[in-house]
Amino acid sequence: MAETTVNASTQETKRINPQIENMKTMWRKLKTNRIAMAGGILILFFIVVSIIGPYFTSLDPNAPDVSSRLQGPSSEHWFGTDHHGRDIFTRIIHGMSITLYIGFSSVAIGMVVGVLIGIIAGYYGKRTDAILMRIMDVFLAFPGILLALGIVAVLGGSINNVIIAIAIFSIPVFARIVRGSTLAVRKLEYIDAVRALGASDFRIIFRHILPNILSPIIVQATLRIATAVLTASGLSFLGLGAQPPTPEWGAMLAAGRNYMWEHPHIALFPGLAIVAVVLAFNLFGDGVRDALDPKIKS
Amino acid sequence: MTTELLKVNNLKQYFPIKGGIFGRRVNDVKAVDDVSFAVKPGETLSIVGESGCGKSTTGRAILRLDEPTSGEVTFQGKDLLSLSKSEMRKMRKDLQIIFQDPYASINPRQTVRQVLNEAMEIQNVLPKNKREDRMLELMETVGLGAHQLDRFPHEFSGGQRQRIGIARALSVDPKLIICDESVSALDVSIQAQVLNLLKKLQKELDLTYLFIAHDLGVVRHISDRVLVMYLGKVVEIGDKKSLFDNPKHPYTKTLLSAIPVPDPTKKKEQIILKGDVPSPINPPSGCRFHTRCPFATDKCIEEVPDLRTSPEHMVDGHQAACHYIEEIESGEMKPNY
Repeated sequence: MAETTVNASTQETKRINPQIENMKTMWRKLKTNRIAMAGGILILFFIVVSIIGPYFTSLDPNAPDVSSRLQGPSSEHWFGTDHHGRDIFTRIIHGMSITLYIGFSSVAIGMVVGVLIGIIAGYYGKRTDAILMRIMDVFLAFPGILLALGIVAVLGGSINNVIIAIAIFSIPVFARIVRGSTLAVRKLEYIDAVRALGASDFRIIFRHILPNILSPIIVQATLRIATAVLTASGLSFLGLGAQPPTPEWGAMLAAGRNYMWEHPHIALFPGLAIVAVVLAFNLFGDGVRDALDPKIKS
Repeated sequence: MTTELLKVNNLKQYFPIKGGIFGRRVNDVKAVDDVSFAVKPGETLSIVGESGCGKSTTGRAILRLDEPTSGEVTFQGKDLLSLSKSEMRKMRKDLQIIFQDPYASINPRQTVRQVLNEAMEIQNVLPKNKREDRMLELMETVGLGAHQLDRFPHEFSGGQRQRIGIARALSVDPKLIICDESVSALDVSIQAQVLNLLKKLQKELDLTYLFIAHDLGVVRHISDRVLVMYLGKVVEIGDKKSLFDNPKHPYTKTLLSAIPVPDPTKKKEQIILKGDVPSPINPPSGCRFHTRCPFATDKCIEEVPDLRTSPEHMVDGHQAACHYIEEIESGEMKPNY
C-alpha cells in the first residue's frame, strides 16, 4: 500500500509533455548520429563567425590594395589576395553573414507562404486544393535556378531580390509537403471533435493541425537552406545577385574565374566556403530527418 | 407542438466516386439513402446495423461533419442544414459527439485542462475565472480525479480517455449527444462502466442520446428505442422491448438471432444469411434486402417497401419496412433457405 503511494507521488512530479518528450527523443537520436552532429556544429560555428567574425578581422574587405594584388596564401593573407589586392579570408568572413542571411530569410519567407498555401489546400480540399496545387505544379515545373533567374531578371539584381526569388521557388516544395501532412491529420477524429465543438477553421488549422505537422516542415527547412545558399551563389556568380564589391561568395567566385589558371586560390576559397556551408546544412538536415522518423530506431 | 428534439427527414448522404482524367462524378456511394426518424427529448435512440450500413454517416451528417447531400435535420424546430457556417458553430453547443476511438479523438499534444478549456472557450460557456471550478466538477462527474487535469492523453487508459471525451462533450452543456460507437473500442468491463456512466449522466443532466452501435447487447442495455439500418435505409424502428421481443423485418430477425444466449443447454434457432452485403454503389432495386431475404418475391425486387406498422401484430410506434409483415407472421409465407 505504502509502495503504491510512493509510486503515485513520483509520477505526480514528472509531468511529461509529449512535445518536449518528442524533442528529447529526437535530440537523443540526433546525438548518436556523428555526421549530423558534425554538420550541426559546423552550422553553429558559421553562425558565430558571421556574427563576431567581422570584428576580429583587421582588414577592410572592400578596400583595394594595389600593392598586394594576386598574392598566394601566406601568413599575412591566409587565403591570399584577389585581383584588387583584397584579403580573401577577410572577404569570406564578411560574406558569411550575407550567405546565411540569404539562406535563412529566403527559406523563412518561402516556408511561411508555402505552409499557408499547403495547409489551406489540404484543409479546404476540392476546388481550392485543385487551383492552388496546379499553380504550385507550374512553379515546380521550372528548374529552380531558371525560375530564380527569371524572377531576378524581372526584379533586378540585388541581395533582397535574390531572397525574394529563392523564397518564391521554395514555396511549392513546402506547399506540397504540408498539403500531404494536412490531408492525413485532417481526417483524425480529434479534428472532428473540435469541429463538433464549433471551432473556427482558423483555430483548427493553427491550434490543431499545424503543431502536428511540424516535423516534416523542420526537416524540409533545414535541407532547403542548403539549396538556397547554392542558388544564391549561383545567381551572384551569374552577376544577378549581390553586386561587386559586396563580398558575396558567388560573386567572388565569378571574379576569380578570370584568374583561374594562374591564381586558382581566388576562386578556390570562396568555392570551398560554399561547399562547407551547403554540406553542413545537408548533413544536419539528413540527420534531423532520420531523427524525426519514427520508423528508424536508434 | 413539437415533441421531438431532433427530427431527421429524408436524409441522404451520397459520396461521389470520381473517375476519368477530368475527375467526373462517375457514380455515388449511397451511404445514407432517404432516412427519416425522430428523437424525443430525454430518450436514447440507438441505431444498429452491420458495418457499412450508414449508421455513423447518419450521425456525422446530423452534425454536419460531412455535409449531407439532401434532406432536413430539424433540431428544436430549427433546420440545421440551412444554417450558415457561423450559425451552425453556435448551434453546436447543443449537439455533441463522443467518438469511437478514444486514442484518436483527443489531440495528443493537449492536456486534459487544455482540451476542456478550449471547449468552453470556443462556445464561451463560462467566464474565465469560473472555468477552473467547472473543469474540476466535470472531472468528478466523469469519474476522474482533479489531480489528473494536467495530464496528457497518453498517460491515460482507453476507458479513462473515453471519459475525457465525455467530459469534453459535457463541458458545453449539450442537449443531444451522439455516441458514435462510443464503447465498441473498449473492453467489456470498461464498456459496462462507461455505459453506466452515460446512463447516470442522462438522468442527472437530462440528456438525449443518439446511440450508434453494432453491439446488440449494449443497445439492449442503454436504449429506449432502436432503429435498425441496412444498406443506408431504415428497415425497422420501435421501442426496445417490442423490437427485441417481436422483430418484424426479416433482417432484424436475422440480426437478433445472432445474439448469443448464455445458456449452453438452450438450443437456439440461428438464421444464417447467404452472401455478402451488396455494394452501396449500386444497391439492389426494390427492397434492398431482397438479395438475401429468405422470403423475397418479385414484388420485393420491384417495389421499395415503406416503413409501416401492422396494427394486429405490432404495438404503436413500431414500424418495419417489409411488404409481407402479416403474411410472414401468419405463417402463410415460408422461408426458402
